[in-house]
Formats: sequence, structure tokens, C-alpha cells
Amino acid sequence: MVFTPDIQAFCCHYTSQQTIAEGKEGLKEDGMPENVTLNRVVCTGKLQISTLLKAFENGADGVYVAGCPTDTCHNIKGSQRAAKRVAAIKKALSELGVEPERIEMFHLERGFHPEFIEVARKMNQRITDLGPCPLKGETK
Amino acid sequence: MIIAERKPINEILDMVSDDEKILLLGCRGCVSVCSTGGEREVEILASLIKLGMKKQGKSVEIIEGTLVRQCDREYIDSIDQWKGQYDAILSMACGVGVNFIANFRPSTKVYPAVNTSFFGGSPEQGVWTEQCAGCGDCILHLTGGLCPVARCAKSLMNGPCGGSVNGRCEINPDVECIWQSIYDRLGRTGNADAMQKIAPIRDWSTAGHGGPRKVLRDDLTV
Ligand code: SF4
Ligand code: SF4
Repeated sequence: MVFTPDIQAFCCHYTSQQTIAEGKEGLKEDGMPENVTLNRVVCTGKLQISTLLKAFENGADGVYVAGCPTDTCHNIKGSQRAAKRVAAIKKALSELGVEPERIEMFHLERGFHPEFIEVARKMNQRITDLGPCPLKGETK
Repeated sequence: MIIAERKPINEILDMVSDDEKILLLGCRGCVSVCSTGGEREVEILASLIKLGMKKQGKSVEIIEGTLVRQCDREYIDSIDQWKGQYDAILSMACGVGVNFIANFRPSTKVYPAVNTSFFGGSPEQGVWTEQCAGCGDCILHLTGGLCPVARCAKSLMNGPCGGSVNGRCEINPDVECIWQSIYDRLGRTGNADAMQKIAPIRDWSTAGHGGPRKVLRDDLTV
């Protein structure tokens, strides 16, 4: 059976701005996988660990955060904080015996950038290869 | 305040493996301040337990609650709001909180979700260091305000020992030799002579070596 992962992306206002301005159709044309759900937040530094864990609870197979480059975050340290929280979840996933690569932090240039689509495709490939998330309690 | 650290998730999953309904109980006191067992951490641990159980093919119901403190009887009594809704309590307070639940709820199962580490402070965000060991007979007036009981690896009363090198402790160069710092501080405050005084052999009965301790304030007991 073909496996289409549920991927939840959390992007800040700035990394996703122009790309979202294109609309769903525009994104699709650019090659954005349709199974990647975009969740916009004002700043990735606002993301709590519990919000990212809830995504897994709600059935995500993979989760990623796209924030500003570490040294040019609009809110100075927002994306650095997000990266630390993602790292904490990676550790927790390892403790639970789940591949830590199921969650990732990406630091992207702001505004329109092909990397925004690229990381979505990269995560989609990675999670497709890993298969369904074991935290869903279903056997692979 | 009391500094604590969450236990490894698998140790917690083992504790609760036979319980279907868990009251996960945070504390708004010390453990909230050190970001280990407050409301936010309760939410995170609840998610981790649910995910971990699901992975094992089990389901669990978690009630999330946070008390003002778990080290006062009046707040422990407020646990009754969840009466009959759980099989066991998983406390995110320090060991005092877990003991208090056990003391006052004799037939309730209670587990610790954190390791109670020490009495300490936070010199910078995300870092906590031990400062006091609660010895019950404070001598900080003799040691320039720096505690040799908690901060000297050997709890020496007449330090430093021969292992002090360039202000560092012999157990690890990352550890400050507190006796060197005591000497430096006494010098800066015009008290260097105090180093010459020999501290007498200490009576450690106040430090817990005489059994569990108790403080009674008669003026407060009515
Ligand atoms: S139960 Fe422990 S952590 Fe909570 S306030 Fe009391 S001493 Fe602090
Ligand atoms: S001497 Fe005793 S009470 Fe005073 S700081 Fe040290 S351990 Fe705490």
C-alpha cells in the first residue's frame, strides 16, 4: 500500500509570507506536496513543545518548523528558541524509541524562496521512507 | 528554592504501566520556577505519556492538574476535586509533594515524575546550581556567605584541602574550590584572619544525621 505521510509544518510569518501569498494553487504548481499542512505562527519562538507534541498526538507522521536564519530572526532569538525546543523533542522521541528525524528545524531566508518548497519535499521524502509514525500505535 | 529534573520518560512509563487513569499533578511552587513541574510541564508530560502508551498499544486517560503547592495540607486537600476519577497520582512536585500526598491520602497510589536535585539558584537562564544543603545550623557568617557544606566536595569545615589548585577543586577543574573563594571574599571584606580560626568538630545532628527533622513554631500553632 502506498503510504502518504501526514506532515505538519509550523512556519513563522516571515519565512512563509510570500509563499503563502501565492495561494494553495500557486504552491502546488511550485511543487509543494499536498500532504504537508502549513500552520502559521507569528514567530517560531512562540511555539511551545506541547504544541509540537500535540501534532504527533493528532496523528502526524512528521513535523517540522521553518523559522528565520539564526542570526537574522525578526524577533532576534525566536528561531533559536524554536530550534532548542525541536532538539528537546528529538531527545524525547529517541527516549520513546522513535526516529528523532521525524521532527526537524529549518532556518530559511525570509520572503519568497525556493528552499521553502525544498524543505517540504525533503521532509516528505524522509518521512515516506521512514513509514508511519510508531507513536500512532499502528504496526508498520 | 528546590531544583528538580524530570525523570527519563521510560522510567515514568514503567511506573504507570498498570494504571489506566492517571492524575498528573503539577505544583506552582519551586518546580514551576525551575521549569520542571509546573502547568506547562504537566502538559508536555501528559503528551509524552499518551504517545508512549499508544506506541505500546495501550491507552491511558490523563487528568491534568496543578496545585498552588503540594507541600501544604490545605492544598493537598484540594485533590479531592478529582475524587474517584483516577487510579494513581503522578506528582511533578519535589519529593516533599509526593510524601505529602502519601501522608494525607493513605490509600492512594502516588509516583514521583521528577528527581529532586538540590536547593539552588539560577545564575543564568536554563542553569541551576546548588548553594545550600539545609544543614540546620548555618555558618555562613563565618565563611563569607559561601557555603562549604553544599559547595565543598568534602563539606570541609576547615578548608581548603590539599587538592585545591588555582581556585579549582581536585574532583573536577570545572568545579570552583569554594574554600579558595571563601578566602578571597574574607580578604576583600577585611576578614582574612578568620581563616586562621579552627572550626571545632561539628555536631551534624541538625543535618538529618539525627533522624527526620521538624520545626515547631509555637506562636503559629493555635
Ligand atoms: S511541593 Fe516542593 S516544589 Fe512544590 S512548592 Fe512545595 S517545596 Fe516547592
Ligand atoms: S551552612 Fe548549612 S544552612 Fe548554611 S548555607 Fe550551608 S548548608 Fe545551608
